[in-house]
Amino acid sequence: MKKYYRLYKKQFIMGPAFKLAEAILELLVPLVMAKIIDIGIKNSDISYIVKMGLLMIALGIVGLIFAVICQYSAAVAQQGVGTELRNDLFKKINAMSKSDIDSFSVSSLVTRITNDVNQIQMGVAMFIRLMFRSPFLIVGSLIMAMSLDLKMSIIFFAAGLFVSILMYYVLSRSLPLYKIIQKTLDKVSLIVKENLSGTRVIRAFSKSKHEAERFENANEKLTEISFRVGKLNALLNPFTFAIMNVAVVVLLYFGGKNVYSGRLSQGEIIAFTSYMAQILLSIIVFANVIVTFTKAFASIQRVEEVLAVQPSITDENSIGCKPDFEAAAIEFNAVNFAFPKSDEDSLTDINIKINKGETIGIIGGTGSGKTTIINLIPRFFEVKNGEVSVFGNNVKNYKFSVLRSIIHIVPQKSNLFSGTIRDNITLGNRNADDREIEKALRISQSYEFVSKLKNGLETEIEENSKNLSGGQKQRLCIARAIVGNPEIIIFDDSSSALDFATDAALRKSLKDELYDTTVLLVSQRVNTVKNADKIFVIDDGAVVGGGTHKELFSSCEVYRDICLSQLSEKEVIQS
Amino acid sequence: MKNTKRLWSYIKPFKLNLFLAIFSAFIGIVLSLLVPILIGQAVDCMVGVNNVDFDRLFKIGIILVCSIIISALFQWIMTYNSNKLSYKTVKMMRTEVFNKLSEVPLSYIDSTPHGDIMNSVVTDIDIISAGLLQGFTQVFSGVVTILGTLIFMFTINVYIALAVVLLTPLSFFVASFITKRAHKNYIMQAKLRGQITGYAAEMIDGADIITAFNKEDETEKRFAEINEKLKKVGTTAHFFSALTNPSTRFVNAMVYAVVAIFGAVLTVKGTITVGNLTSFLSYCTQYTKPFNEISSVFAEFQNALASAGRVFSVLDEKTETSDEKLSELKNVSGNVKFSNVDFSYNKSKRFIEDLNIDVSSGKTIAIVGPTGCGKTTLINLLMRFYELDGGEISVDGQYIDKVTRNSLRSNFGMVLQDTWLFSGSIFDNIAYGKPDASRAEVIEAAKAAHAHSFIKRLENGYETVISESGENLSQGQKQLLSIARVMLKKPPMLILDEATSSIDTRTELQIQKAFSELMKGRTTFIVAHRLSTIKNADTILVMKDGKIIERGSHEKLIQENGCYKTLYNSQFAVY
Repeated sequence: MKKYYRLYKKQFIMGPAFKLAEAILELLVPLVMAKIIDIGIKNSDISYIVKMGLLMIALGIVGLIFAVICQYSAAVAQQGVGTELRNDLFKKINAMSKSDIDSFSVSSLVTRITNDVNQIQMGVAMFIRLMFRSPFLIVGSLIMAMSLDLKMSIIFFAAGLFVSILMYYVLSRSLPLYKIIQKTLDKVSLIVKENLSGTRVIRAFSKSKHEAERFENANEKLTEISFRVGKLNALLNPFTFAIMNVAVVVLLYFGGKNVYSGRLSQGEIIAFTSYMAQILLSIIVFANVIVTFTKAFASIQRVEEVLAVQPSITDENSIGCKPDFEAAAIEFNAVNFAFPKSDEDSLTDINIKINKGETIGIIGGTGSGKTTIINLIPRFFEVKNGEVSVFGNNVKNYKFSVLRSIIHIVPQKSNLFSGTIRDNITLGNRNADDREIEKALRISQSYEFVSKLKNGLETEIEENSKNLSGGQKQRLCIARAIVGNPEIIIFDDSSSALDFATDAALRKSLKDELYDTTVLLVSQRVNTVKNADKIFVIDDGAVVGGGTHKELFSSCEVYRDICLSQLSEKEVIQS
Repeated sequence: MKNTKRLWSYIKPFKLNLFLAIFSAFIGIVLSLLVPILIGQAVDCMVGVNNVDFDRLFKIGIILVCSIIISALFQWIMTYNSNKLSYKTVKMMRTEVFNKLSEVPLSYIDSTPHGDIMNSVVTDIDIISAGLLQGFTQVFSGVVTILGTLIFMFTINVYIALAVVLLTPLSFFVASFITKRAHKNYIMQAKLRGQITGYAAEMIDGADIITAFNKEDETEKRFAEINEKLKKVGTTAHFFSALTNPSTRFVNAMVYAVVAIFGAVLTVKGTITVGNLTSFLSYCTQYTKPFNEISSVFAEFQNALASAGRVFSVLDEKTETSDEKLSELKNVSGNVKFSNVDFSYNKSKRFIEDLNIDVSSGKTIAIVGPTGCGKTTLINLLMRFYELDGGEISVDGQYIDKVTRNSLRSNFGMVLQDTWLFSGSIFDNIAYGKPDASRAEVIEAAKAAHAHSFIKRLENGYETVISESGENLSQGQKQLLSIARVMLKKPPMLILDEATSSIDTRTELQIQKAFSELMKGRTTFIVAHRLSTIKNADTILVMKDGKIIERGSHEKLIQENGCYKTLYNSQFAVY
């Protein structure tokens, strides 16, 4: 956090300084008033009264200027720190690997970059505006009161002590409850979210009543706790009001005695009451500062957790070599891989060689390690030992920008961004012309539906791509991978939303149009990989077979099992 | 105005709380305003050395303490009641909105962004509570304070009171100037915050694509752009709103100074006492404060009304027609008939026209066709998630719109493409359709769905809690659980939507066996991509653009040499 303080050092020093200056002026006002009463009124000196009155106005104007400077510093520092933090967080998250992101969860990262930063901003503003002002006013008023009369100031200490005890009582009970409220509110949101996404299932099982009860329980709890906090907070105002005014009564009582004995003047008594009000108001404000700070500190922790993550994979140390297109497209040499925090290897001794222009099938069950293998190629994951090479060079020697423009991926989950269709499919090459785009659309079997859209390529994709069907999204993701003419395209189980006619047409046009491109088809479906030049069968993190469909069917038991679970004997042989 | 009236109908049941809040606000404030007068009178008792009226001072002291305590008590009653009023009202509204969600037709939930509905249930209702109900008490006590101080001031001295009243517009002017500026910028800020949250959420969610296409720099630049705009607007918004405090203090200081000069001069002339002057000074501090509060409350009030409008629009959505008087669908054997069914999502374009399907009990119907052909729509109609435009669907001769929805739906077992589980234990999720199921029954169903072996391996077994988005389970495992859920219920009819598409290939065969066991004697509609499933079906419906273009058994359709044969052969096309 120091870095952000340094960036806005000027504001962090100037703000509180001017605030303090304003507070000093404010403390002077009761003294001036006491003078008016004790000198002006007593001596019937009207010109003195006017002079002192004008001094008060001047104090007010100078105070306003000081305060405005302070508030401006606060606004600049607050927004500046927030903006820097958000940018840094976003950069950090961008540099994170998928597993880093998963360990936080997407929604938690979004909360941190938005809500938590907002809380910190509030904290920064509070720090500049009030962190010094309130304690200063409290101490200042006390000193002023003590300088007026040491004995009388005991009343101040007593009143301050009572208010502090009250604050402590309320805050120590209500602060933990705020956390519970947040949790319960999350629970309420979760139930609503689940009910929206699961309407079909809930209605199919006729569980609306059950869900209503679940919601009612959470809602009841939320109300109950909010009310409890409300009840605690309801004590604050009446009690401080009572303590403050009773203290004034005590002050008046002893003040009367002192005036009688001549130790104090009437004006000084009035000054005392003003200081009393000042102190107690400041204590209340200070309590608010503490509440905001507690929230801000929790947020700072959550933000620092993100900033502390060291991106596990960077290209800073790579020499930045150029691909050799004569060499093998992809080569795995005795590769082992383990997930961070895991002792066990997820991949063991992988040896694969894929030549340029080949179509390769990779098949295996869920959790067999297919996706892990392909994540090693664009270096989303780092090998534990062994070597992954792309076009003759270890992937570690490439700059990311080079490596990842050679390899494009069609992910399992069709993820499009808001923006036009054109924006989305030119992600791999912003300069792609209409000819290149059209070719990609045709190969991915999306030309027909895109050209039927009223705005064609310029059609805006709505939030969560709601205006597209699952199959359409997937086909656009395929088009996106084709634009930019990558040497290698990896399909990560990415024809699941396509009906088999479209799937077959896609495979045919890939073969016809992109004969020069190395294609990796990762799938659980035999039909998708069956006609590949070579199929690798993955089971439990190891390659248990490699060859054509026919070879594997007779030689590889795992492959045969998979085939027989999906196709009839006749179909297997027929193909 | 209509919305205000409607809000009143929610407050009405808590009229007593409202009355108590207003009544005690009145008493509490009037008494608290009496305090400065009494203090003033007390000050007047101490004229100087050997000149202090202790008897009077003591009496005033007693009255002071009494009014302070009674005032504090009533202030507490006021907050207590207004809290109660707002929390109860909010709870009632929230429950009502939530329950509404289970009554609206599915088309509403399908077509409204879920974020919007979530906002209505969570955020909007909070805004109503904060802005309207708490704002109300603030405005009320503000008005009482202003009127009260005015009356007291006029009773003490007309001239000083007039001077204060003349300065009032200054307060109003400053307050409205600031509120307007700040409000405009706050709205902008809210918009930009929404934008930045949306962008961050989208990019973090799609982080793998950003990494794969090496677009980190581009997204960071875009993020920084929005962020910079937010910084500008935020700085202005916060600066202006932060001006409220110093400006109030400044106006206060001015009023204070004017009263001080004017009052002191009048004191010298003997028109008022020093005590009167003290009372005046504390009144003018209290008098200016509510002006700011009231103008900021009005801004919040506008917000709250806007929120209320959104909440009411959800509440005003049409509900599904009542089926309370209809009979239950019982003892179903599973004959399903579609006769001349017409349906459209969008009234201008008919989607399904004159659809006729006749299925006798225990048969399996496979629905095949390209994406968007109407497969999912058939499920929507069968389960009566959507209403027909024309024609009839009947089960065992009973029209489905003549029986209760719950009884119709409970006769179907449904496994959808998107699995839905709620955050709760695995046991509860499986027992969802049969809450009274015994442990043995649940385990038996899990075994039949081949889910038992993986559940057993989880650390907490059946008591494992499924996290918010089910991240602790794989897609395949989630699907197994939703199959188990149906297995437990044993309904007479089944709807399976690509149910086995993402389950581990090697267990697929066993699951298919389990399914055919379950399907035995049960009418089954299955939307399938897998040929082996399709081939075993009694009837295959080939759909395209909402119409059935071919129907019959596998052998018959192959002989017909039509669309189905092309689809079938495309599986084996060399690519």
